[in-house]
Amino acid sequence: MSVPYAKLPGWVEYGLVPLVNLAVAFLVAGLVVLLVGENPLEAAYHLINGAFGRGEYIGFTLYYATTFIFTGLAVAVAFHAGLFNIGGEGQAYVGGIGVALACLWLDKLMPWYVVFPLAMVGSALFGALWAFLPGWLQARRGSHIVITTIMFNFIASSLMVYLLTRVLKPLGSMAPQTRTFAEGGQLPKLDWLLSIFGLNVGTAPFNISFLLALAAAFAVWLLIWRTRLGYEMRTMGHSPSAARYAGIRESRIIVITMMISGGLAGMMALNPIMGEQFRMQLDFVQGAGFVGIAVALMGRSHPAGIIPAAILFGVLYQGGAEIAFEMPSISRDMIVIIQGLVILFAGALENMFRPAIARAFAMRGQRAAALVETKGA
Amino acid sequence: MDFFHVLVVLLESTIRVSVPLVFAALAGLFTERAGVFDISLEGKMLGAAFAAGAAAAVSESVWVGLAAAVLVSVLLSLVHGYASITQRGNQIVSGVAINFIVAGATVILGEAWFRQGGRTPALVEGARFQIVNFPGADAIRDVPVLGPIYADLLSGHFLLTYLAFAMVPISWWILFRTRFGLRLRAVGENPGAVDTAGISVIWLRYRAVICCGILCGFAGAYLSLAMTAGFVKGMTAGKGYIALAALIFAKWRPVNVMFACLLFGFLDALAIRLQGAPLPLIGQVPVQLMQALPYILTVVLLAGFIGKAIPPKAGGVPYVKER
Repeated sequence: MSVPYAKLPGWVEYGLVPLVNLAVAFLVAGLVVLLVGENPLEAAYHLINGAFGRGEYIGFTLYYATTFIFTGLAVAVAFHAGLFNIGGEGQAYVGGIGVALACLWLDKLMPWYVVFPLAMVGSALFGALWAFLPGWLQARRGSHIVITTIMFNFIASSLMVYLLTRVLKPLGSMAPQTRTFAEGGQLPKLDWLLSIFGLNVGTAPFNISFLLALAAAFAVWLLIWRTRLGYEMRTMGHSPSAARYAGIRESRIIVITMMISGGLAGMMALNPIMGEQFRMQLDFVQGAGFVGIAVALMGRSHPAGIIPAAILFGVLYQGGAEIAFEMPSISRDMIVIIQGLVILFAGALENMFRPAIARAFAMRGQRAAALVETKGA
Repeated sequence: MDFFHVLVVLLESTIRVSVPLVFAALAGLFTERAGVFDISLEGKMLGAAFAAGAAAAVSESVWVGLAAAVLVSVLLSLVHGYASITQRGNQIVSGVAINFIVAGATVILGEAWFRQGGRTPALVEGARFQIVNFPGADAIRDVPVLGPIYADLLSGHFLLTYLAFAMVPISWWILFRTRFGLRLRAVGENPGAVDTAGISVIWLRYRAVICCGILCGFAGAYLSLAMTAGFVKGMTAGKGYIALAALIFAKWRPVNVMFACLLFGFLDALAIRLQGAPLPLIGQVPVQLMQALPYILTVVLLAGFIGKAIPPKAGGVPYVKER
C-alpha cells in the first residue's frame, strides 16, 4: 500500500507508528471497559498476568500465536502482491481436511513424524486449492478478490458442516467431528523448549507446529525479499502498470500468490487439529483467518513484525480468557473489540497520526540542520 | 390446492426474510454507487439491531428503538466515512474493523447492561412493531386463490416491510432522477469530473455514507423490533454479506436489488422448508448446499458466466485532489 507521506526513519515507520496506533486502540478498548463499569487497569493486569503469569499461560499464549503466525503470513504474502486475501478463514478451514485425511489414514500405522509432513502437505494443498479459484477468477475473469474470498468463506463453512455431519463423522456418533486420532495423529508438545527457561508448560497445547510457523516465517522472508518471484510480487503490489511494462505475467503471479497465501492459511489447521484437539471439529478456525488481517497490518507485512504481532494477539487471546474468568462482566468478546480496533487504527486509520509524527521529526531535523549551519559559520 | 397453500406460505416467509436484505443491499447501493466499498453492512445492521433492542427495552417505545438504530448505524457509517474518505484509508480494512468492533461490543454491552447472555429483554407490546392488517383481510381470506394472496401475502406484514419495498422505487428515483443522485453516481465513476465542476467530492460521499447508515439502521431495527421481539447476539448471521452478494448480483441497480434479495430470501425459505425432504428427480439436496447457493451464484456471476457485474469505476479508491 502506498504511503503518500514523507519518508520516516525505519524505527519510526516500523516501530513508533504501529505502537502509537496500538496504544490508541488499547485506549479506546479501555473506554469500553469503563463503559461496562469495570476498571481498565485491573483488566490490563489480568491480561498481562493471564498471558505470562505462569509457564502454562505462556504455553497457551504461544499456542495461539502459532496459529496467528500462519494466518498473518498468509494475509501478508497476498498484501505484497497488492491482493487482499480476506478468505484466510475459509482456506484454513478447508486446509483442515488435508490434516484430517492424513491423520485418519495413517495415525494408527505410523508415528507422528511420518504423519506430520504428510498432514503439512495436505493442509497446504487444500488451503491452496481453496485460494486457487478466487485467484484464478481475479486473474482471468477480473472478479474482485475481496468479494470472492468472502463468498468462499461462506461456501467453505457450508461445505465443512456437510462433511463433518455426513461424511467424516464416525458411525453412531452424534457430534459433528471426526474420530479422535491415535498417537500418530498427535503432535508432541514443546515442553522442552519452555523448560530451558525453567517454565512448566503444564496442560498448554504448545506444540511442535510453533517451530514450523517460525520456519514458515523465515521462508516467507526468503520468498518475498530474496527470490525473483518475490520481487515480481512486490513490483506488482507496488505498481501493477510498472509490472506489466516490465513483462511480469500478472495473472500468473496473482494465482501463485493466492495459492501460497492459501497454503499458509491452510497450515494453520495443523496447530489446533493435530496439536490440541486431536480431531477435526466444527468451527475449529474460530476467526483466526480474520485475526491474520490484524496481525499482518500490525506487523507491516514483514515476518519480523508478524511474529511479535502474532504473539501480541496470542497474549490477547490467552489473557482475554483470564480477564473473562476474573472479571465476569467482561466476556472474551472483549478480544474481538480490541482486534477490530487494532484493525481500524493500524490499518484503515494508519495515516491518522503519521502527519503529526512526521512533523515532529521534520522539526527535529530542521533544528539539527540549523545547528550544523551555525557551527559551520 | 395443497401446493398452492405451500407456495403462499413459502412466498410469505420469503418476503419476511428478504426485508433486512433489501434494506441493507439498498444501503450498500448508495455508498458503492458513490465509490465507497462497504463490507461493514453486517456490522452496521448488527449494531443497529442491538441499539434498537436495547433502546426499545428501556424506553418501551418502538420509535425510540428505531431512532436509536438509525443513530448508531449512521455513527458507524461516519466512522467508515472518516477512515475511507477523510483519512483515505483502505475501505475494506475499515469495513472489516467495524464488523469486528460491533460483533464484540454488542455482546459486551448487552451482557453488561441486561445480564441475559448477550440478549436484550423480551420486548413488550408497545416496544415492537405490530403487524399491519389490510382492511377486509380476514373477510376475504376464504376466497380461493385471491383470498390467501391478499390476506397472507400482501397483508399482515410489518410497517418496515412495506417501507423496505417502498424504498426500492424511492432509491431508484433518488439515484436516477434527482440532481443529488446524478452527482452521487458521478462521484462513483469519475470523482475528478465532479470536483472540476466545483462540487465537493468529500461532502457528496459523506452524504452517501449517511444514506447507507439510515437504511442499515432500518434493517437492524427490523431484525430486533419486528422479526423477533428483542436482540440476540450475532443475530444478523451473515445477512450483511448476503446483502452484499445481492448487490453485486443486481449489478448495482435498485430494482434488480429487490429481485436478487427476494431470490436469496426464497432460497433461504426453501432451504428451511426442504430440510430433509427429498426432491423429485434430484433426490435429497443437502441443506448446506442450499445455504451456500447465494454465495456460489454470486461467484459464478462475478466470474462473468451469467453476465458481467461491473462495479462503479471509482469504487474502493479514495479521492485525492490534484496536487
